Amino acid sequence: MPQHFDLKDPQLESRIYGARTVIAICIVVVLLGIVLARYYTLQITEYETYSTESERNRVQLQPLPPKRGLIYDRNGELLADNRPTYILSVVRERVEDLEATVAELQALLPVSERDLEIFRKKLKRSRPYDSVPLRLRLTEEERARLAVNRHRLPGVVVEAQLMRHYPHGDLFSHAVGYVSRINEQEVLELDETNYRGTLHVGKVGVEKFYEDILHGKVGYQNVESNAHGRVLRVLERYAPKPGKDLKLHLDSRVQRAAIDALGDRRGAVVAIDPLTGGVLALVSTPGFDTNLFVNGISTANYSALRDSPDVPLYNRAVQGTYPPGSTIKPFMAMAGLASGLVTPESTVPDPGWYKLSGDSRKYRDWILRIRGTGHAPHVAMKMAIAESCDVYFYDLARRLTIDGMHEYLYPFGFGRRTGIDTTNERNGILPSTQWKRGALGVAWYPGETISAGIGQGYMLASPLQLAVATSVMASKGKRIVPRLVMSVDGEPLVIPDHEPLLAPPENWDVVYDGMREVVHGKRGTAKALAAGIEYEMAGKTGTAQVIGIAQNAVYNEDEVDERHRHHGLFIAFAPLEAPTIAVAIIVENGGGSSAASPIARAVIDTWLDVEPG
Amino acid sequence: MSDYVRQLPHQGSHDMARPPSAILRLHIDVPLLLLLLMLTLYGLFVLYSASGESMAAVTRQGRYFLVGYVIMFLGAQVSIQRYARWAPWLYLGGVALLVAVVLVGVGAKGAQRWLEIGGFRFQPSEIMKLVVPLAVAGFLSGRLLPPRFLHVIGALLLLALPAALILRQPDLGTALLIAASGLFVMFLAGIGWTYILGAVVLAVASAWPAWLFVLKDYQKQRILTMINPETDKLGAGWNIMQSKTAIGSGGWEGKGWMQGTQSRLDFLPESHTDFIIALLAEEHGLRGILVLVSIYLLILLRGFWIGVHAQTSFGRMMAGSLTLTLFVYVFVNMGMVAGLLPVVGVPLPLVSAGGTSVVTLMAGFGIIMAISTEQRRVVT
Repeated sequence: MPQHFDLKDPQLESRIYGARTVIAICIVVVLLGIVLARYYTLQITEYETYSTESERNRVQLQPLPPKRGLIYDRNGELLADNRPTYILSVVRERVEDLEATVAELQALLPVSERDLEIFRKKLKRSRPYDSVPLRLRLTEEERARLAVNRHRLPGVVVEAQLMRHYPHGDLFSHAVGYVSRINEQEVLELDETNYRGTLHVGKVGVEKFYEDILHGKVGYQNVESNAHGRVLRVLERYAPKPGKDLKLHLDSRVQRAAIDALGDRRGAVVAIDPLTGGVLALVSTPGFDTNLFVNGISTANYSALRDSPDVPLYNRAVQGTYPPGSTIKPFMAMAGLASGLVTPESTVPDPGWYKLSGDSRKYRDWILRIRGTGHAPHVAMKMAIAESCDVYFYDLARRLTIDGMHEYLYPFGFGRRTGIDTTNERNGILPSTQWKRGALGVAWYPGETISAGIGQGYMLASPLQLAVATSVMASKGKRIVPRLVMSVDGEPLVIPDHEPLLAPPENWDVVYDGMREVVHGKRGTAKALAAGIEYEMAGKTGTAQVIGIAQNAVYNEDEVDERHRHHGLFIAFAPLEAPTIAVAIIVENGGGSSAASPIARAVIDTWLDVEPG
Repeated sequence: MSDYVRQLPHQGSHDMARPPSAILRLHIDVPLLLLLLMLTLYGLFVLYSASGESMAAVTRQGRYFLVGYVIMFLGAQVSIQRYARWAPWLYLGGVALLVAVVLVGVGAKGAQRWLEIGGFRFQPSEIMKLVVPLAVAGFLSGRLLPPRFLHVIGALLLLALPAALILRQPDLGTALLIAASGLFVMFLAGIGWTYILGAVVLAVASAWPAWLFVLKDYQKQRILTMINPETDKLGAGWNIMQSKTAIGSGGWEGKGWMQGTQSRLDFLPESHTDFIIALLAEEHGLRGILVLVSIYLLILLRGFWIGVHAQTSFGRMMAGSLTLTLFVYVFVNMGMVAGLLPVVGVPLPLVSAGGTSVVTLMAGFGIIMAISTEQRRVVT
């Protein structure tokens, strides 16, 4: 090592420094170049991407759910309205830890498992920055608790929303139906765009049938909002088109009268205006509080409704099909006259029972048990209807044959849907040989025709179908399509009738007379109704067997289990000179028609605005 | 000889035949001052928008700058020899303060970084950003250059001690910056390439063990987030994605002053402090970035120029090291905001809002000016 190495050499130091500086500058320039290249990439090469991203941040398309149309009864009474409620929603993008937030919310207010389940499903489908509802219908207290804790819960929002409310609770549960939270299946079926921001959809009844009209059209607004979701200004707005209001033919007073008259019995009442087909009352009891479904019904409440032996969710008026029993007789009479097999004057001998030739079986008349004999030695049509003579109709049925019955009863609307504007309507059964072969795969037995003549056996009709048939009778052949909705936003809803049922006036007259006698006759099967009546009513009683009664056994109401008692039926229309109401009533396991007929009186009294006598 | 160079200018300046200009007497480096003024004005201009058109924020930052310029001016009056003489004591004092932070420091968010004296809070690690290069430069300049093995070890120890104390706080970013400022001094002092190469190999080799044993989870997370921000869209990745969006959406021309939607609508985090360059990029586009980078580059080049023309090894090393440290700030900040580097708390020099870094940086520029004017005193 040379000596001078120990001395400081400024020249050398300066030279080394200079060299190192050059290297440093080179590194600096290269690194700055890399950084600038990065900015160039972001700002020039990928400008479009980030520009779009930035716009997406800034501008958000917010759905403006339309206001659901209201539903009124014929007198303008509100049956379904919208009430402002507060819902708790979560914007996932603004929540730091979703699980922790949900846990905290659960500590603050009750959130059911079902709420959570719906929330999680919705969360999966939500778009970025959508607020996903977690709990509906917050109470005042819950809102206050949330407000106090708001600073700890970023991304949690309380929003006002209009929600369906049914002021009458269970009065119109089956007539109006209800809305409920949109479920998974419906998400797939509904127009996704039009239902953005909408939580509920009609599930049943008018609410479902007229969903499109009631829902309206979604609106949108483009809003500029900041990272915390606060809307700073509205850039563009397309207002939603509110759903249209419905006015129903239903009359709350009549509806209420029917429900009151039914009391706690299971049954159904349908009342129709024979001139318009407007449904004045549509009752199925027991009902249920439709408001329960709007909030998302609790599992306990739902299973209680679902598992109740009284099946309150079942709309007996349109879904329930029953053997019409003797209420079929006036229509059978019309069939007989139309076919020319009988005349008003022709008679049938009535020993109190009926026998087919070559068959040992005795078909009994109900009167046999009471009087030990028939209604009269020879029974004509009017009496047969008024006193509900079985033997007369056994004989008529035999002569008509089952296919003849099918042909003549079909125009009254049996065996097919009436086309009413509500959900879950059932066909019922109007048997024929062809039907039996198709449905059961066996041939028709002549004996079966006999019981079919008095509305027993295979024949099934819903209370609505009976009411429609009664309406055809009341209007002497006008075949209306029953309607719940009268007008949409004031526009009358006109549905053309079916081809009218043409029959000579004398045919109608004799059946009218018979039905009038049922109520007003001395030996009418519903003569109890005539007490204090201020108008003329035509009616027909009916009893439907729930269990078969053995050949010689005697039905004793007191000995039979309540659920096995006969169903009581009654059809009626009034006032006789110009009917404005036709009703059909069934009281399940009512024992007999006397359970049903007073309900008709109550309903018609109310409709005709008669003080109960 | 070195003594002669070191002492002559300061004492002789008054007695020179040709009296020095007023500017020189005030120890001001005019080009550097002009560049700094440009930078601070640009910074205030951007800050006005970043703070949401808050004149108060601009005034506050203006006051910091004022304090910064005064400190720079005062720092420039101190002769470079005095800095060299003070270096050991400043170093000992600084280390003592760091130890005090460990013992009685106050902190926030799990980091203990501050000392509180009579209600006044300060961060000793900030001082060390100047003191460590001073100490290392002082140590090396008094010895033969290029440094020999023992001196390299000595210098390393000098910078390792405060770096370790700061790492303990914990403040990885500052610790690395301080270590780097010392290493820059060593690099400029001319340590052999063997050392440099060895250090690079060592750094690369220790990366894996460091990942396993040294780095805390949140630090690892930041690195992972930097590599792929999309994996953590709602957490740490959010910031990076939003800042990239802000930068990218600025394009060439930018959205215009006070028109940056990313920042105005709070999508951009820390838009007036660490992430302010994203706002600048959004509102002024690549053009604005190029202007800013040009100013920085000119300041850096002026710093290197002053270093090269300094008369003493100490001055050279200080000027070079401080310049490189400034560059590291710029590089790390611009890199992290653009998603090139993990997010560490490094402000954009003289543009980000905040007082602490302004004071430290301006004090550094004071030292550079002291170096710059010293050399010219000899020339004149």
